[in-house]
Amino acid sequence: MINKVVENAEVAVRNIKDYNVIMLGGFGLCGIPENCITAILKLGVKGLTCISNNAGVDDFGIGLLLQTRQVDKMISSYVGENAEFERQLLAGELQVELLPQGTLAERIRAGGAGIPAFFTPAGVGTEVGQGKEVRTFNGKDYLLEFWLKADFSLVKAWKGDTAGNLIFKGTARNFNPMMATAGNITIAEVEELVPEGSLDPNQIHTPGIYVQKIFQGTNYEKRIEQYTTSS
Amino acid sequence: MALDKIGIAKRIAQEIQTGWYINLGIGIPTLVANYLPEAVEVVLQSENGLLGIGPFPGKNEVDPDLINAGKQTITMLNGSSLFSSAESFGMIRGEHINLTILGAMEVSENGDIANWKIPGKMVKGMGGAMDLVASAKNIIVAMQHVSRSGDSKLLKECTLPITGLRCVKKIVTDLAVLEISPGEGFRLLERAPGISVEEIKHATAGKILVTGDVPEMTIN
Repeated sequence: MINKVVENAEVAVRNIKDYNVIMLGGFGLCGIPENCITAILKLGVKGLTCISNNAGVDDFGIGLLLQTRQVDKMISSYVGENAEFERQLLAGELQVELLPQGTLAERIRAGGAGIPAFFTPAGVGTEVGQGKEVRTFNGKDYLLEFWLKADFSLVKAWKGDTAGNLIFKGTARNFNPMMATAGNITIAEVEELVPEGSLDPNQIHTPGIYVQKIFQGTNYEKRIEQYTTSS
Repeated sequence: MALDKIGIAKRIAQEIQTGWYINLGIGIPTLVANYLPEAVEVVLQSENGLLGIGPFPGKNEVDPDLINAGKQTITMLNGSSLFSSAESFGMIRGEHINLTILGAMEVSENGDIANWKIPGKMVKGMGGAMDLVASAKNIIVAMQHVSRSGDSKLLKECTLPITGLRCVKKIVTDLAVLEISPGEGFRLLERAPGISVEEIKHATAGKILVTGDVPEMTIN
């Protein structure tokens, strides 16, 4: 099959340009493309629009790209764990578009599935609904929402093969599968890269057709935001 | 005496029936899971992509790839399933979740809820709250009856930015259990132990409906 493997994160992201729209998988710090974020820091591209459920924390995840002022706009559902984010937002240096989480997820899914728009009840009668078309189905109001696509999608998987097939682990799956489908170029970083034929086709979460580049990730920190135990 | 947070959680736990799939918000709603009667079998959803939330892990079981929607490390029960956030909100929008329990800053007498934003303060975002309230078949709100500054949180109309319209079914506060009677107001169902109807009326800014003797809650 087609070999999608690139050497490392630096090689994978090197075609990202200033002002590109990029999607980054993850929920909080769980399942984020750590290696790609570090490589974008080094690449130094700026003016990015980042589509991601959250914006990381001050010193990890997308928070690192905020520190270096590489992000012009965030499209997210929840962004509250980040002092530098707050400073840039209040200073007018960063644009933020907040969307209901399910609307964000479905807009990305729609982008990858060729559905230009859909109706959802989330946000009817709220600030989110301002300026959006409302239509009534079976007596209930719904908002018209449009698809989202990206120049690059950066996703993180547990296992992947050389053909780009991906398997996620636990709740690190979150936004990664939809984002993989909605990127013009999708880059997958994986904890374990294996030869094609090594993964059971019955267990694949993201088929390789959506993935243009894949690489073996290194040095995963997997930082925990809310370390909580029973004892 | 007014209920504490655990009292509110215990009272809400009495509403829950075997077989339900439930989404619990952050705060008091999360506590409800600790007070379910042993005979009640339910499945808890975490909207990032899990059905079957288990207890918090032991120190040796912590897995950074397994968190709830509050980003806390968790475990999975036998019979759990994992899925994407798109599928997760598909099951929410498709009304497959039987009950949503969440906190609120304000509830109006027609069931509107405000719980995501205080203008002038840092805006963190709505997360999944707007999707949940727009599609849940049954929403119970857990909150204090009045704010820290003494203002009623049960209003004629919400003053804070709305999360969803006409969606709340029932409210359990430190003082009372009330249900939304559409077009009429807050119907008082139960009083917290030792709290009078007059005290509850005084703490409720929206229209409150009182019929006959209002029983006291039973909390174990």
